[in-house]
Amino acid sequence: MGLDARWTELPSVQRRFLLFSAAAAVIFLMLGLRLWYLQIINHEDYQERSVRNRTRVLPLEAPRGPVFDRNGQLLVDNRPSFQISVMRQDVEDQQALLQRLAELLEIDLPVLEERWREGRRFPIYRPVPLATDVSRDLMERIQEHGVELPGVLTEVRPVRDYLEKGSAAHLVGYLGEITEAELIDDSFGSYQAGDYVGKIALEKTFEPYLKGEKGRRLVEVDVKGKLLRQLQMESARPGNKLYLTLDRELQRAADQAFGDQSGAAIALDVKTGDILAMVSRPTFDPALFARGIASDEWKGLLNDSRHPLQNKVIAGQYPPGSTFKMVVALAAQREGIAGSHREIYCNGAFKIGGMRFRCWKKSGHGLTDLKKALRESCDVWFYQVGLELGIDKLSVAAKEFGLGAPVGYPLPGEKRGIIPSREWKRARYNLPWYAGETVNASIGQGFVLSTPMQLAVMTAAMANGGKVLTPQLIERIEDWQGNVLLQPETEVVRQVDYSAAAWKAIQRGLVAVVNEPRGTGQIAKLGNVLVAGKTGTSQVVRRKSDEEEELDEEGDVPYRFRPHALFVAYAPAEEPKIAVAVVVEHGQHGGSAAGPVAKMIIEQYFSQQQDRQKEGS
Amino acid sequence: MFDRRLAVNFDWILILTVCALAGIGVLNLFSATANWHFSATPIYMKQLIWLGGGLLLVLLICCFDYRHLEHFAIHGYVVTIGMLLFVLLMGKTSMGATRWINLGFFNLQPSEVIKIVMILLLARIFGRTAQPEGYSFSELWLPALLLLLPFGLILKQPDLGTALMLVFISLSMLVFAGLRRATTLGLGFIGVLTAVLGWFGLHDYQRNRIQTFLNPEADPLGSGYHIIQSKIAVGSGGFLGKGFLQGTQSQLSFLPERHTDFAFSVFAEEWGFAGCSLLLLGYMFLIFWGIYIARRASDRYGMFLAIGVTAMIFWHIVVNLGMVIGLLPVVGVPLPLFSYGGTSMVTTMVGVGLLMSVSMRRFMF
Repeated sequence: MGLDARWTELPSVQRRFLLFSAAAAVIFLMLGLRLWYLQIINHEDYQERSVRNRTRVLPLEAPRGPVFDRNGQLLVDNRPSFQISVMRQDVEDQQALLQRLAELLEIDLPVLEERWREGRRFPIYRPVPLATDVSRDLMERIQEHGVELPGVLTEVRPVRDYLEKGSAAHLVGYLGEITEAELIDDSFGSYQAGDYVGKIALEKTFEPYLKGEKGRRLVEVDVKGKLLRQLQMESARPGNKLYLTLDRELQRAADQAFGDQSGAAIALDVKTGDILAMVSRPTFDPALFARGIASDEWKGLLNDSRHPLQNKVIAGQYPPGSTFKMVVALAAQREGIAGSHREIYCNGAFKIGGMRFRCWKKSGHGLTDLKKALRESCDVWFYQVGLELGIDKLSVAAKEFGLGAPVGYPLPGEKRGIIPSREWKRARYNLPWYAGETVNASIGQGFVLSTPMQLAVMTAAMANGGKVLTPQLIERIEDWQGNVLLQPETEVVRQVDYSAAAWKAIQRGLVAVVNEPRGTGQIAKLGNVLVAGKTGTSQVVRRKSDEEEELDEEGDVPYRFRPHALFVAYAPAEEPKIAVAVVVEHGQHGGSAAGPVAKMIIEQYFSQQQDRQKEGS
Repeated sequence: MFDRRLAVNFDWILILTVCALAGIGVLNLFSATANWHFSATPIYMKQLIWLGGGLLLVLLICCFDYRHLEHFAIHGYVVTIGMLLFVLLMGKTSMGATRWINLGFFNLQPSEVIKIVMILLLARIFGRTAQPEGYSFSELWLPALLLLLPFGLILKQPDLGTALMLVFISLSMLVFAGLRRATTLGLGFIGVLTAVLGWFGLHDYQRNRIQTFLNPEADPLGSGYHIIQSKIAVGSGGFLGKGFLQGTQSQLSFLPERHTDFAFSVFAEEWGFAGCSLLLLGYMFLIFWGIYIARRASDRYGMFLAIGVTAMIFWHIVVNLGMVIGLLPVVGVPLPLFSYGGTSMVTTMVGVGLLMSVSMRRFMF
């Protein structure tokens, strides 16, 4: 052991013990410093990454804002719908589960399998919808069998509910699943695949107000994405309340009055431009779109020759026919061509340049002045006056009333109509203007086209002394605390100037149309309210021989060749409140087809007013 | 004959330190596997049984005079090399490597046995031949040969971690025995050369691990996943940790292999920098105590034995911790007394038993 002792006691060997200890200490210190670096200096970074690791955000759908009429009556709401979903993480035997579900839900197994497959794009912690909008009975049946169906949940989701069905559907619009193009679009920032967004009309234009704010569920997941528990929840904020200018009762009356006919009707408040009722026929049920429309249904709507998807109030362009005569009569007075006493003899036809234009009344109206010309809608009187006025002055007068240009309907899709002039024809056809075309334009035929909305704005301006108003659709938008977010004000686009005498003369004529013997619009006469109105009957197609044309013809003309029936009116004549424009497609006679619709709208309007006054007193 | 002095000299500090560290380890395993419901006997319970067995092993070994082992070192070496050859030819394959001999109740890993045998053998050689002026190259051919044989066989398995561990242990003992300056420089040169050449001899998965270590974010879901999740676990622990059973990285299974190689990450997440510091101090104390035992050893054999065992424990700790906190590449080295596993427990406890044996016989000549 002597050797041992000598070597061990060497200072260099003794130093090695210290050196080894020191080396170990230094290495441990390095480990400690690294831990300090990770756990103290970079703690927040790693903390955040660990939170991100284990948490996921699940969106909670926000109920869409409800739509009310001007009196606070619900038009569009949300209803709870039951949805059967499956949490895949809790399913052990997929095939057996789907089979059992197929029996209970009475859905074909392949359909369920397809939906399960579609769900693969969702992360594992999100339930996959298998059946949407199921009945309460079905939902209860699923819940009763809950024990046999591990992983199956019944969820309640808000679904758009159109209480008035197809009524005002063109105005309200509908929803559809967000498209990929929209998802890429920045203006749809907060949306996700599978969301429903407004596709047309009100639902689209006011999407930002209606959509609300999604809620969030913060959940904890494990490494496989399995949902473990809820950490936090932010409730969804429902969309804002939208009050329309519509009056539900008036709207219902207008719908009822229109019946099954095709066409459009609109009622405006003559002082504010508020749209009180708006009908476009045929219509569709927006609920079809609320949870995805079947493609054959969609094609059916697209291909229907009566164009149910078109909003005819703003996009239907019709020759205004005799309703246009009030503009001609006004312009003639301003230009000094025809005061209210200008008399023209009507023998049933009018000749110019070898062409013969007939009055609708073959036998003629005889000696006719302005009032009689309006009352009995004498074409010859207007042929003569229009010709003297000339197309350019006529065109200016018509445009002043908002014809031939969009009137400013707050939703997209408005057509401009046509008010022809020499310049217009030159630009459009590169042809000179002919006198015969002026003659046709004088009775709202030929090139002249207008939308029912334009006619209503024109009629309202006739009633309120020349104020051309922007039609208003939104009464106000309110959030749930009652703060008004948007409240459009009455907008006067233009003040049309005519002498008091001129206004008076026109009004006398329009009152006579409805209230005097031989008036073409007597059908719209009301007992307690003095209605002023004008009928119109407009040709659909120009047939080869004008000579053969019989505008007044009854009988076997095929539906699509029958003339459109128009009626515009306002009431009460002494102090107008409401203006109405009605177009019944292929309705033959302005008076007989469109008049009753206008009359029923006006009647309903004033009976409501009376009711309210009674309630008030 | 049992010497009464042995009982008097029983190293309570060593055994208590080991028990404290292993106790924390079992507690940590309880948390790491708290959400496991598929095994009948919980992991922490199995580890507790291994710990009990290991302590019995310590008692058994410490009663046995280590000096007798000096004579068996060569036999042990020959037998173990035989086992390594056997494993290479017909061992049980697991995870792409052949490492085990199935003994029915226990999968014997000859590569673990060789660590202990190597320590016994080198202690014998260095104990007999160490010179004050240190070794020169020409004197080292025998130890070098004895090391390279098992090193090659383990590399062939392939098990780079264990092979390197064997080299670290041997080099530590060699450095302690003393080297001439020229030899030190020469060995350093050989080391660098081997590392460069070795890079081309590495398996793809081994090379991946090193590349991953250098830039784990390049493949966050693939080979970088272990390191990233481990660093997140450790870093998110902060100063005081998330609390026992509250570590989200481990409880929600984001942390892989959290009961074995990454057990420390679980601990770091739940106990924070404060807990880690205490644990590191515990391990450091164990190492200091091992060196202290070597210093007090009654003979050179015992001293080298103690140094070898301490080096073995030390390098396991450093390589494992360096791996889980992102300082070293991922090599499958367990943390002694902390990671779950019977093999690691047995190897460590045999080492502790040898330390104990040396420590108890410090006054015997």
